[in-house]
Amino acid sequence: MSSNKSRVSFSWLFKMAWRDGKASGRKLILFMASIVLGIAAVVSIQSFGENLKDNIGLQSKAMMGADFKIDLDQEPTEDVLSIIDSLGGAQAREIGFTSMAAFPGKDGTKLVQVRGIEGGFPFYGELETIPEEAAQTYQQEGGALVDVTVMTQLGLTTDDSIKVGEVILPISGALRSIPGSNSFFSSVAPPAVIPYRFIEESGLVQTGSRISYDYYFTAPSGTDLERLDEVLDPQLDRLEADLDTHTSTSERLGRRYDNFGKFLNLVAFVALLLGCVGIASAINIYIKGKLRAVAVLKCLGATKRQTFMIYLLQIAGMGFLGGIIGTIAGLILQQLFPLLLEDLLPVDIQMAFKPQIILLGVLLGIFMAVLFALVPLIGTLYISPLQALRVQTNGNKKKGKAELAVLGGIFLFILLFSYWLLQDWKYSLAFVFGIVVTFSILAGIARLFMKVTRDNFPTGWGFPARQSLQNLFRPQNQTLTLVLAIGVGTFLISTLYFTKDLLLAQASLEGQNNSPNMILLDVQAGQEKEVEQTIRDSGNPVLDDIPIVTMRVQSIDGRTVNQIREDSTSGINRWVLNHEFRVTYRDALSDSEVLTSGEWVPEVEEPDLIPISVSDNFVEDALVSLGDRISFNVQGVVMNTEVRSIRTVDWSQMQPNFTIVFPKGVLESAPQFRVITTKVPNEDASAALQQELVRLFPNISILDLRQIITVVEGLLNKIAWLINFMAFFSIITGIIVLLGAVRTSKFQRIKESVLLRTLGARSNQILKILALEYFYLGALGTLSGILLSLISSQLLAWLLFDTAFVPSIFPLLVLFPAITILVIFIGLTNSISVIKSPPLEVLRKESY
Amino acid sequence: MTKILNVHNLEKSYSSGSKQLTVLHDITFDVEEKETFAIVGPSGSGKTTLLGLCAGLDRPDTGSIELCGTELSSLSEDERAVLRNQKVGFVFQDFQLLPTLTALENVAVPLELQGAKDASEAAKVLLEKVGLGGRFDHYPSQLSGGEQQRVAVARAFSNRPSILFADEPTGNLDAETGERIIELLFNLNREAGTTLVIVTHDLDLAKMTQRILRLKGGKIMETNEQQ
Ligand SMILES: Nc1ncnc2c1ncn2[C@@H]1O[C@H](COP(=O)(O)OP(=O)(O)OP(=O)(O)O)[C@@H](O)[C@H]1O
Ligand SMILES: [Mg+2]
Repeated sequence: MSSNKSRVSFSWLFKMAWRDGKASGRKLILFMASIVLGIAAVVSIQSFGENLKDNIGLQSKAMMGADFKIDLDQEPTEDVLSIIDSLGGAQAREIGFTSMAAFPGKDGTKLVQVRGIEGGFPFYGELETIPEEAAQTYQQEGGALVDVTVMTQLGLTTDDSIKVGEVILPISGALRSIPGSNSFFSSVAPPAVIPYRFIEESGLVQTGSRISYDYYFTAPSGTDLERLDEVLDPQLDRLEADLDTHTSTSERLGRRYDNFGKFLNLVAFVALLLGCVGIASAINIYIKGKLRAVAVLKCLGATKRQTFMIYLLQIAGMGFLGGIIGTIAGLILQQLFPLLLEDLLPVDIQMAFKPQIILLGVLLGIFMAVLFALVPLIGTLYISPLQALRVQTNGNKKKGKAELAVLGGIFLFILLFSYWLLQDWKYSLAFVFGIVVTFSILAGIARLFMKVTRDNFPTGWGFPARQSLQNLFRPQNQTLTLVLAIGVGTFLISTLYFTKDLLLAQASLEGQNNSPNMILLDVQAGQEKEVEQTIRDSGNPVLDDIPIVTMRVQSIDGRTVNQIREDSTSGINRWVLNHEFRVTYRDALSDSEVLTSGEWVPEVEEPDLIPISVSDNFVEDALVSLGDRISFNVQGVVMNTEVRSIRTVDWSQMQPNFTIVFPKGVLESAPQFRVITTKVPNEDASAALQQELVRLFPNISILDLRQIITVVEGLLNKIAWLINFMAFFSIITGIIVLLGAVRTSKFQRIKESVLLRTLGARSNQILKILALEYFYLGALGTLSGILLSLISSQLLAWLLFDTAFVPSIFPLLVLFPAITILVIFIGLTNSISVIKSPPLEVLRKESY
Repeated sequence: MTKILNVHNLEKSYSSGSKQLTVLHDITFDVEEKETFAIVGPSGSGKTTLLGLCAGLDRPDTGSIELCGTELSSLSEDERAVLRNQKVGFVFQDFQLLPTLTALENVAVPLELQGAKDASEAAKVLLEKVGLGGRFDHYPSQLSGGEQQRVAVARAFSNRPSILFADEPTGNLDAETGERIIELLFNLNREAGTTLVIVTHDLDLAKMTQRILRLKGGKIMETNEQQ
């Protein structure tokens, strides 16, 4: 017996796949469409992320303005200066701090980031100003460059001047961009650039102010910056200074955006998965319709492998096409991202097409389509040729096993792909678990609904209502797929909506009645009485007057900071060692604190060991527990302390919170400054008070929380916009899946309606049946989606945000009717031909 | 004369639920090359089951079937498929054309499965022979029942089978069209020497064959030698 395997060429399989596919064209195109959007989403995010990374890398010098810099937050010691000298001296230096700026002759004050610059900074990138030449002239002129938004907000021109601390400088120009200014921070404290020589004169280099000292260097090309970093950074670390190269800074920045990108990737991936569920269910019905043909082909002598391959090729081809179209759509879409995200991005982005991303899109298309079509495809392997002679029930153990293996493969793939996106097993497992739980709950709801209605069928209902309900569990029904598609889409949108609510509720001041909305920083010791008086005179209350002493950790349990730094096995977080802590002392807990262990010591008298209280996050990062000893360097004086109590702190409360709190009786005579808070009723009162305070006390910085919250809200809205944009993909995919499902079951509907019409049903009765059916599906899917999102948001509120979750009514009021109506609309418009098609055609087309 | 089909002691039962239903019991018969052979019997007597077993579409519980000199139980499912492709033709009661292929493509499939180069040409010749020269590119849904069955006959002969199984080939057709199909089958039998095994209710049709096997309740009642 010679095998015909060798004689039947691969090309014949292609030919069969093509012939058959051609005749099934419209159905296949709809399946294909289900994955197009998912792929477009993944490709656009992925490509955008790659481009962003590249651009950050390419523009790293322009972002820093130099090749590398040494920065510290106190005046450099001799040792640091000698290191700087050993590098040939800095090409430029800068002193920066935040301060209030006033504009003589104008109303209005503004918290600004003062940057005193000397030397040719920036060496890369651009100091963009209006007029252009101001970037060159401000140094000799002794003028200032003021952030352009501040200029427009306050109506300033180059005829005005700016007052910071004690100095008044003419404004040389508006500042549009400068290397090293972070865009988010700039919206709270916009930059104002002045010549370095005026810093001293301003009198603002004072106790308590956070002042940064930066030394900028250029390196001859070919310098190994990484090596320089490796050698110098540890030395500088010990001197409380830090060396940053343009590459390390850009990498750090890149990583920060990476996380956001990963999150978006997941949202995109969910859209893709949703599309795949659509494919799986549509192919399932498609293949069921082909089983007869497979049996006939087997009768004619085709082997299992051949019949399997014909349909596999068809689906792979469809995936390939879907991949290509999706990739193209994704590449077009990614051009939108820079526009959407403008203010959030650190660099201007030049979009480029990456070949590896294109490959990813196409492969993803083929792979996802085939993977999700495998379960129904396996059916073709096990169909008996006898099926051609008569309908045969196929219960095959081997088939069950193969299907199980495919399901395992699907989960493995999802896990691996999400690992590739997230680079973290824990998160990927959680993601896959979340997907499985969400999908199974939705599937469970659909199944339960079908079972409950079948068991308690409302026999008393009118004919259309009964018939439409019956349709939900007829053979080859798509109830499950549709509830999944509608449910997941609704779930995503409403979860995103709730999450935004949560975030905003946390940031908002509403309801926190007695919390301050204006914080005065850098109030010098001795100044506080007058400042408080000024506040009271303006008719506002003084809520807190908090003393603050800055200090650094000197040693933990006998090991000095430098010893800990050199011990690579130490799990102590770096920031603990480098941070300048702002510490307060008081005799009682504040509203935002809860004691979790140990004993609170209100006051002491000259103890050897000072009992202190630390926050729980400090405990985790510094690896200390009750009874551990920490020595602090308080501006030259060493203070030995013991951890006596641990507190949890609600950092989201808008009031000054502290990691470390001393008891009364120790720090009173240490050099200190104060933070004073107040609550002003409205914007005008706030502006007036600020104006008055800045006039009387130019050294004080004022944080207007109202304004910061507006900035945060704007930012959140932008991010929410982007997330909604991604969720939109899921919704559209859901609609396409819905379309696919409606179309695949169309023939069956036509047959039914013809039958009904033959039995005397009127068109509008048939229409009513269809509308009701889609109403059940839409309502069930949307409601389950909203229900699920309520659960998940509640979990988020408990676990992540730690706040009470009060769901808003929006999803129920808007999403529920909107999506349900959409489902009914799509269902009906695609069924019009069902009602219109003449019965004869139906009888002719026989199962096709 | 050589035997092309040799069935010995065949048993087949289906279990529906807990009950065991014996469909074929102790079936023994043979068919000679170039012979025309009819299987008749009342509905549910096991005719289709027997035909399916003979063509290797299913496996018997016990007993042996030798088709074209090969013992079917010694072949795997795919090997049986290959044997069918090379030696067997099929005509079904309900035509069973592939709905997504044109008439011409349907007829060409068995040849293409054999790897033939001129499948399309050969298929055209066959279609012309059954009187459908002008309908090459029509899809099954565009053909009448009789036309579809003629395409099915052309397809069944396209691989020049040694034996052709037909399960009630006229069952779905009116008398006149049925006669034309039968004529076609017998003509092709005469011209190509193909063995014909026909399952039918129609005793007139059965009488046209050389031998008749009568089935009842899964057992052979008698085998008639005619003329
Ligand atoms: N898969 C199966 N499971 C259970 N019983 C079956 C199965 N297939 C066939 N049968 C039974 O076997 C018997 C014979 O069926 P078969 O199709 O061979 O009859 P037939 O002689 O071709 O009848 P008809 O003339 O009506 O086509 C019938 O009683 C049928 O119900
Ligand atoms: Mg039968």
